[in-house]
Amino acid sequence: MQNILGPRIPADEWQRRRSRYLLPTLLLMLAAILLAASIFTPYWRMTLHAPQYPKGLHVQAYLNRLTGDVHEIDGLNHYIGMRPLEEAARLERSLAIMMTSVLALLLIGAIFIHNRWAALLALPAALFPAGFLVDLHLWMAHFGQNLDPHAPLSSSVKPFVPPVLGEGKVGQFTTVALPDTGLILAAVAALLVLAALWFHRAAYKPLVDQNIESPAIGANNHEA
Amino acid sequence: MKQQSIQISSNRRSRPKPRGRSPRRTLGSVPALGVLLAVMAGCGGGEQASTPAASGSAGGAATIDQIAAQRELTPDDVRAALLTYQPSGRIDDYVLFASGGHSGQVFVIGMPSMRLLRSIAVFTPEPWQGWGYGVGQDILEQGDVEGKPIRWGDTHHPALSETAGDYDGQWLFINDKANARIAVIDLRDFETKQIIKNPIALNDHGGTMVTPNTDYVIEGGQYATPLGWSYAPLSEYNESYRGMVTFWKFDREKGRIDPQRSFALELPPYWQDIFDAGKLVSEGWVFGNSINTELATGGIESGNAPFEAGASQRDADYLHIIDLKKAEMVFAAGKFEKVKDFPVISLQTCIDEGILFFAPEPKSPHGVDVAPKGDLIVVSGKLDPHVTIYSFEKIKKAIADKKWEPEQYGVPVLDLDAVVEARVEVGLGPLHTQFDDKGYAYTSLFLDTQVTRWTLGGDYSKLHPESAWTVAGKINVHYNVGHIATAEGDTVSPDGRYMVSMNKWSVDRFFTPGPLLPQNFQLIDIAQEGDKMQLLYDMPVGVGEPHYAQIIKADKLKPWNVYPQVGWDPHSQQVKADAPTAGKERIERDGNTVNVYMTAVRSHYNPEHVEVNEGDHVVWHITNVDRAQDATHGFAIPVYDINLSLEPGETATFEFTADQPGVFTYYCTEFCSALHLEMTGYLLVKPSQTALAQ
Repeated sequence: MQNILGPRIPADEWQRRRSRYLLPTLLLMLAAILLAASIFTPYWRMTLHAPQYPKGLHVQAYLNRLTGDVHEIDGLNHYIGMRPLEEAARLERSLAIMMTSVLALLLIGAIFIHNRWAALLALPAALFPAGFLVDLHLWMAHFGQNLDPHAPLSSSVKPFVPPVLGEGKVGQFTTVALPDTGLILAAVAALLVLAALWFHRAAYKPLVDQNIESPAIGANNHEA
Repeated sequence: MKQQSIQISSNRRSRPKPRGRSPRRTLGSVPALGVLLAVMAGCGGGEQASTPAASGSAGGAATIDQIAAQRELTPDDVRAALLTYQPSGRIDDYVLFASGGHSGQVFVIGMPSMRLLRSIAVFTPEPWQGWGYGVGQDILEQGDVEGKPIRWGDTHHPALSETAGDYDGQWLFINDKANARIAVIDLRDFETKQIIKNPIALNDHGGTMVTPNTDYVIEGGQYATPLGWSYAPLSEYNESYRGMVTFWKFDREKGRIDPQRSFALELPPYWQDIFDAGKLVSEGWVFGNSINTELATGGIESGNAPFEAGASQRDADYLHIIDLKKAEMVFAAGKFEKVKDFPVISLQTCIDEGILFFAPEPKSPHGVDVAPKGDLIVVSGKLDPHVTIYSFEKIKKAIADKKWEPEQYGVPVLDLDAVVEARVEVGLGPLHTQFDDKGYAYTSLFLDTQVTRWTLGGDYSKLHPESAWTVAGKINVHYNVGHIATAEGDTVSPDGRYMVSMNKWSVDRFFTPGPLLPQNFQLIDIAQEGDKMQLLYDMPVGVGEPHYAQIIKADKLKPWNVYPQVGWDPHSQQVKADAPTAGKERIERDGNTVNVYMTAVRSHYNPEHVEVNEGDHVVWHITNVDRAQDATHGFAIPVYDINLSLEPGETATFEFTADQPGVFTYYCTEFCSALHLEMTGYLLVKPSQTALAQ
């Protein structure tokens, strides 16, 4: 058990350098909270600008759904033979809420592990925002490059890959894709996780090293 | 009684002038324009702006100056242009709902730009809205008279619905004078929802007006006939011919007039004209006027006085004063007769129950207008240069004191001196009065072709600097003004700011498009006090002759951008259960009936082929499943005389018998998208021999 969970903090060490051990704990907790909160906010948004849409067309991607002018965008996309947006990332969307919750729980779990295995639990959360963007990019590339060759405007719009972040151009539309609240929360959480792991190592590595030299189990170890 | 004659000779304008314009001044020397131009150019501070030279010195201003000089625009012209010009995309502050006269429509006009935003089809088929060419037939048919289709209307007086005497922006009512019909328009989608034919009156003029909470829509008749226009010779005019006023109960929940809870009053055959509902202190009362108390029956061809003379013999006609609350109780108590199955409270009952009173009024009146506080009623007779102002308080007192003499039909005529508050000599041909927020009243002068601004007394005196009951100013209009409308000017809280003069003649104001000339709506700035009123804009109306209009603050209207949901039926204002939706398109045959369930979306119909047999009865359901604002689709079938307008979300059903075999291309009649021309399909009607051979 000790091999998995890592050493407990000796009581005198806890009294002496409390903040050293609290810091990674708090950072991981905060990251978990941000990640959990991100579930309720949109991750990504795209605005399509065209002369005849003075207010633009907006679509927002939550982890599990799309909101905004999806119907209208699908309506326009049929001209170039793009499949309806609802057909994209179905598996990911069905699992995303559960997966993200698990990632947040893993972060909480990492708090209780005082050795290098903590990184194994925490790193998936750190990689999550990048993973989201990569997945989104792959879907957009897939959709943009697999247009129905028999669509009304297929002769005038060639297959394309709209940028997952930043500005793109399709026909008379300029697309502007931006990260939204959820992705920013997840990215901050990722940075917090990295910082937490750094401080985690600084706090617990000495204990681990010390335990390898003289393994001892203290009755009054403190649970951080 | 306060009675004042106003000497207005000092106010008389110097007319006629060849073009009715003030003499042109040289631009460079006019300080006012200098200020304007400096402000426009945004150059310098107050110091420069106050210098007349600024107009000449600034680079940008010089250009504007040159344009103004080149176009011979006076400083007033430039001011008018600056007050009315709307840069592209700027929305107007006010919306004018004008009757469309013979067009049978209502016009919706943005103010102050005076841009026509749309017409609302009401009594007349109108192709752009598809009205009568596939949709709206059922509503148009509500207006049929004894089975005869009447497919035009003479719309006169629009009335916006009110809550506590103020416009609430929810409903609009309009009458058809020609056939005594009333229509209800829903201002969520600006579409007509109901047409109701008055069962006892042939024509109407005293409609529509609403009571302060839109409990009733008022419709007064005009030319007397026997009620229900049954036959009686003109020799029996006095005994058999009658006037009437109908109180239509409006059911706001349902958005419909409820004829079951409506009733009429039988009135003497005096040719009732306009009505207005009391408000605030006079709430529960209704006022009307009449133009033929002489009981003239015409007959110029037989040597009788023509109507125009016969109906103008007496010095006074009768102001009608109606206790609506009491009438309501009498109706509820069942004290009514039925004419053409419609409840009518008889003239005798009106007299016996104290529902109806008269007061003498200047002859040939047109306006009877209740002041904002509900305390005064302004009447103007076209043949008397005064407006006569009645006090509601005095009317109530005279009724209580029984200060009356019965007239020939027994209706109590209140003593004139006991009920008049003031008279103001306003000019020739006073016709209709509106109010503003500064204690002024405005009366149109048909003969003088002016609008006069005069001051109200009493509680209104503190709002204006002038003394009470005097003419404050006049403005020329072009030409022959009928009604006028000020911003929310017939409500309990008028806005002032703008007035529109609805002129019957335009003569030389526009390019002459042949002998039938447009009407002229003139926008007038009434924001300043005293005699400062400025003509801002001429708007030609070349579609019909509007009569009255109402002006509402634009932000009181809450129209839909698109219908709330796909499959929306505008008639019932809810989703139709069997409306075709995306993925549910189909063609179903049931014997000789073919049901087509079609959707329209940019840029195709589904299905694109519809095959039926000659003689089939085709029931065609079609939904515009687009949700983008302005993504309207049309749907036309040639030969079968079908054309729909389907706004985003709207569903419609139309039927026809496929009696013409052949190939018919249906297509979208609204330019909806880049591939709009491709939005088409084939209706194949197989000739019956082929059908039999199969």
